[in-house]
Amino acid sequence: MIRKLVVANRGEIARRVFRTCRELGIATVAVHSDADATAPFVTEADQAIRLPGNAPADTYLRGDLIIEAARAAGADAIHPGYGFLSENAAFAGAVEAAGLTWIGPAPESIATMGSKIDAKRLMAAAGVPVLAADLATVTASDLPLLVKASAGGGGRGMRIVDSLDRLADQVARAEAEAASAFGDGTVFAEPYLPTARHVEVQILADTHGTTWVLGDRDCSLQRRHQKVVEEAPAPLLAHETRTSLHAFALAAAQAVGYRGAGTVEFLVDGDRIFFLEMNTRLQVEHPVTECVTGLDLVALQIAVAEGRPLPAQAPPITGHAIEVRLYAEDPAAAFAPQTGHVRAFDIPHHPGVRMDSAVEAGSEVGVHYDAMLAKVIAHAADRDAAIRLLDGVLRRARLHGVTTNLDLLRAVLSDDEFIAGRVHTTLLDERLDRWTAGPDPRSLAKAALAAAIGQATRAAATSTVLDRIPAAWRNAAAQPRRRVYRRGPDRYTVTYSSAGRRLVSDFVTGVTVADAHGDLVVLSDGPIRETYRVTTSGQSVDVDGPAGSVSFELIPTFVDPADTVAPGSLVAPMPAAVTDVAVELGTVVAKGDPIVVLEAMKMQHTVTAPTDGTVTGLTATVGRQVVAGAVLAVIEEKP
Amino acid sequence: MRTSVDATSPGYAANREVMLERVADLAAQQAAALAGGGPKAVERHHRRGKLTARERVELLIDPDSPFLELGVLAGWGTDFAVGGSVVTGLGVIEGVECLIIAHDPTVKGGASNPVTVRKIFRANQIAAENRLPTVTLVESGGADLQTQKDIFIPGGAVFRNLTAASADRRPTIALVFGNSTAGGAYVPGMSDYTVMVKDGAKVFLGGPPLVKMATGEESDDESLGGAEMHARTSGLADYLAADELDALRIGRSIVRRLNWRKLGPPPRRGYAEPLLDTEELLGIVPSDLKVPFDPREVIGRIVDGSEFDEFKPLYGTSLVTGWAQLHGYPIGILANAQGVLFSQEAQKAAQFIQLANQSDTPLLFLHNTTGYMVGAQYEQGGIIKHGAQMINAVSNSTVPHLSVVMGASYGAGNYGMSGRAYDPRFMFSWAGAKSAVMGPAQLAGVISIVSQQAAAARGAPFDEQADAAMRALVEKQVEEQSLAYFTSGLGYDDGVIDPRDTRTILGICLSAIHSAPVAGARGYGVFRL
Repeated sequence: MIRKLVVANRGEIARRVFRTCRELGIATVAVHSDADATAPFVTEADQAIRLPGNAPADTYLRGDLIIEAARAAGADAIHPGYGFLSENAAFAGAVEAAGLTWIGPAPESIATMGSKIDAKRLMAAAGVPVLAADLATVTASDLPLLVKASAGGGGRGMRIVDSLDRLADQVARAEAEAASAFGDGTVFAEPYLPTARHVEVQILADTHGTTWVLGDRDCSLQRRHQKVVEEAPAPLLAHETRTSLHAFALAAAQAVGYRGAGTVEFLVDGDRIFFLEMNTRLQVEHPVTECVTGLDLVALQIAVAEGRPLPAQAPPITGHAIEVRLYAEDPAAAFAPQTGHVRAFDIPHHPGVRMDSAVEAGSEVGVHYDAMLAKVIAHAADRDAAIRLLDGVLRRARLHGVTTNLDLLRAVLSDDEFIAGRVHTTLLDERLDRWTAGPDPRSLAKAALAAAIGQATRAAATSTVLDRIPAAWRNAAAQPRRRVYRRGPDRYTVTYSSAGRRLVSDFVTGVTVADAHGDLVVLSDGPIRETYRVTTSGQSVDVDGPAGSVSFELIPTFVDPADTVAPGSLVAPMPAAVTDVAVELGTVVAKGDPIVVLEAMKMQHTVTAPTDGTVTGLTATVGRQVVAGAVLAVIEEKP
Repeated sequence: MRTSVDATSPGYAANREVMLERVADLAAQQAAALAGGGPKAVERHHRRGKLTARERVELLIDPDSPFLELGVLAGWGTDFAVGGSVVTGLGVIEGVECLIIAHDPTVKGGASNPVTVRKIFRANQIAAENRLPTVTLVESGGADLQTQKDIFIPGGAVFRNLTAASADRRPTIALVFGNSTAGGAYVPGMSDYTVMVKDGAKVFLGGPPLVKMATGEESDDESLGGAEMHARTSGLADYLAADELDALRIGRSIVRRLNWRKLGPPPRRGYAEPLLDTEELLGIVPSDLKVPFDPREVIGRIVDGSEFDEFKPLYGTSLVTGWAQLHGYPIGILANAQGVLFSQEAQKAAQFIQLANQSDTPLLFLHNTTGYMVGAQYEQGGIIKHGAQMINAVSNSTVPHLSVVMGASYGAGNYGMSGRAYDPRFMFSWAGAKSAVMGPAQLAGVISIVSQQAAAARGAPFDEQADAAMRALVEKQVEEQSLAYFTSGLGYDDGVIDPRDTRTILGICLSAIHSAPVAGARGYGVFRL
């Protein structure tokens, strides 16, 4: 019987596993990197053990240190979560060799399924249709192709090839990338089906011969091969197709004598089904299955690991569940990862709504790991109800301090194609422009007005003197007050003035200030009254209103000349490490030339010359960690 | 507190109508001052990359803090531009209430005329009495030479006042944006802190032509008085500002480091706003000043929670006295109820003023008086003695006084109610109020009777027609000269105000007043008069 368990992971999944452990009475141990020392998952664990450093290779991928930690803490089991070491057969074997219980399948199953080429061979042998193209005999009719790393996952090393000329080159690049990312350069190809759907089946097997098929999930909405929206059951699936999927998944599990929780992933193109891969771990999106089955998959994983039998029958599927992944990223800027201090993180609580989060108000979102902040899941009687519930919750979410994909998620939930269930794996790319359009200009203007009125009211009320005198009161008003805000490339110069005891503004035609007190601003737009909540942190102001959250940056009135950067200065857009400096002092550059390459959150970012000119200043050096706003180089413009 | 104001009555509506017209007219009169030197001058000033006086003030004070401009109508009814080419007022900088003086360079280059000097003296006085730091935004062409005879000699006190402020440990800060030459050079010269704007400030005793005439030396503006020179060479500038905005930023940072502490007791927190509607102040004052009104209706609309504890309510009922709180500050209030002050009212006032001094409580005088009662019965009853007791008490009271002329302020009533000559810390008049030795008709009538008697004494015939014309003329002239605009133009109050702003303005003033200690007079116990 397991009494104390280590989670060899971080973030929301560590918290998720700990929650079940608490419900079962199992003591919890977290392992953490330096950057995660004060993260919620560490604080919530009964005990925590430090893994020195921050890079995954130094911390969450150090199986030896984690096993040592488990021993030191007197734990008897290790749960790997997802990612990191969760599909590492050697680690699973080492855990078992150390006399600890491994919450997962047998190391051999992991190894078999870990090689995508082997897995496909095995599945084909078991009668499961697979998607395959022989790289040796490719012809133009086979195009486009998707080249993938055999040992890969999460989209890394994946390439789309649409012309035969580029095939060799792309294969070579994929091999190089796979070798560096996974230590195994083996790649394979399969036909690329851009309008197919990604449907997967949840499996749970005990060690007594019972294997459950716990329904299916659609995870077609993806950006860069990473899932964004997942739901259970998969919508608009013909009964025969669904039955086949379940049967193939069962066959796959039985082919490897699977134990524990696993997921068999398929591409569904019309009524054609192709096996993609089997994930031998708990999936990120497991909560939608938990919602529609009423099960606790983590509890069942533990029960199976303890050798307990599953009941003969899997529970029925009830209702519909949808999950969205909240990422700290900017969808409008090629999904660039974002960092920052989470100032507010309130997702409304409701029956039917579940949130598994990695962060809470006050958390720092850093550069070291995956940018997923939380998963929000809605469960309702049917798909429409679930969509509406989830959209309502996201609309009222207050998520301040870090740019997220929240608006994109809301756009998805309002999209006709999505609502109709007509989803496929490239739908997000096709609709990206529409889904990243953001709020309409009038809503933004109203939010900016609310920001100014709210900040003015607050500034007046928090003054050390005259705090009860109306904001910006004048007995002889010569000119209006002004606050200037920035949101992305847009500027909002909001003017307002005091009239008696109230503030008035004609910044938005037809909109008047009805009331302002505390953090609340009430605007009247014709007959409609709208309440906005305005919160300020430094130069940032967050406005929560009927159109959701909008963040602005207040442009300061005064700038100390000592703080200004020289014209032509190139600054780091985010905290990052300098990985390459392409110029020297005096180098003549043309507009667009790369100057400095940064790496943050596993993403490369190239800082380029804004104009033709000469490098007259250079402070960036390779290997140096820089803060956001740090001057990297100065380009003097060619006159 | 109960109200008997019926906001639906025709009388109320008529009064309100008249007051709204007066308030609208006030805004129109103020607009002249706020326009500075007019759109053309302002545009030319902006084109030079410069900010106007009021723009500078707006940027200097804390964002969204109030600004109480004083003497907006200074010079009204004179030959000089309304406003006196200078902006003065109470503003909050980094949480510190300061007296701000900003020359308006769009009006004749910010040159000083007699109105300017009077307004600056008044500002100096306010800073001194209420212990306020002074920030001067300098850009002035110096004396308006056509009026030099009226300002050269007395104007020297401007510089003396600055050093006196410093000696009194009241900080003085000069931000120099432009010309500050000849005598004007002593403003930065006498201030504790001096900031000069690069390529803007010009501070010297004599410019190139004068130097050439005096010594034959060839020179230029920069070497004689540029900001860079003063910051790097003469040391007159403590800070060199990159531009106007930077000067205002530096000015704010200087105030932040003054470590300023107010010495008066702090206001009580968490007080209630008036329960009665402030908006109704518009309909309370009858359009005809001869019709009296109950000042309790005003008090109930300006004090915290509309709570007023009346003192001696059954005695001397033509004057209302009592205790209240305004924006958290305790105050004693004296308000005329029936216009006339009799012996009982005078003695009640004298006693009440002494009580306020016993408890260090500031006093608010709400004027609507036609003066002390005249007539044989009253003279024989000692009205002079009793009026003198009240004036004595007012004169020697050392708690801060605030005066607001709601309606009339005639005769010695103006003195007894702490009019301008009795140095109230702040004094305001409601739009439509009048101050004079007596009502215009009475004054004309008195002159008529006196001249009739004089004619009779000389045995000369009395010209009825000429007398009627004279009476009309005098009445008209007194009517004009007793108008609040006119008295405010002469600097006899700190501004004409919208009645609805009374509570806010008094709140700002009381807070400024409490920068200094508040202490009543000592020496005798309270005389029960």
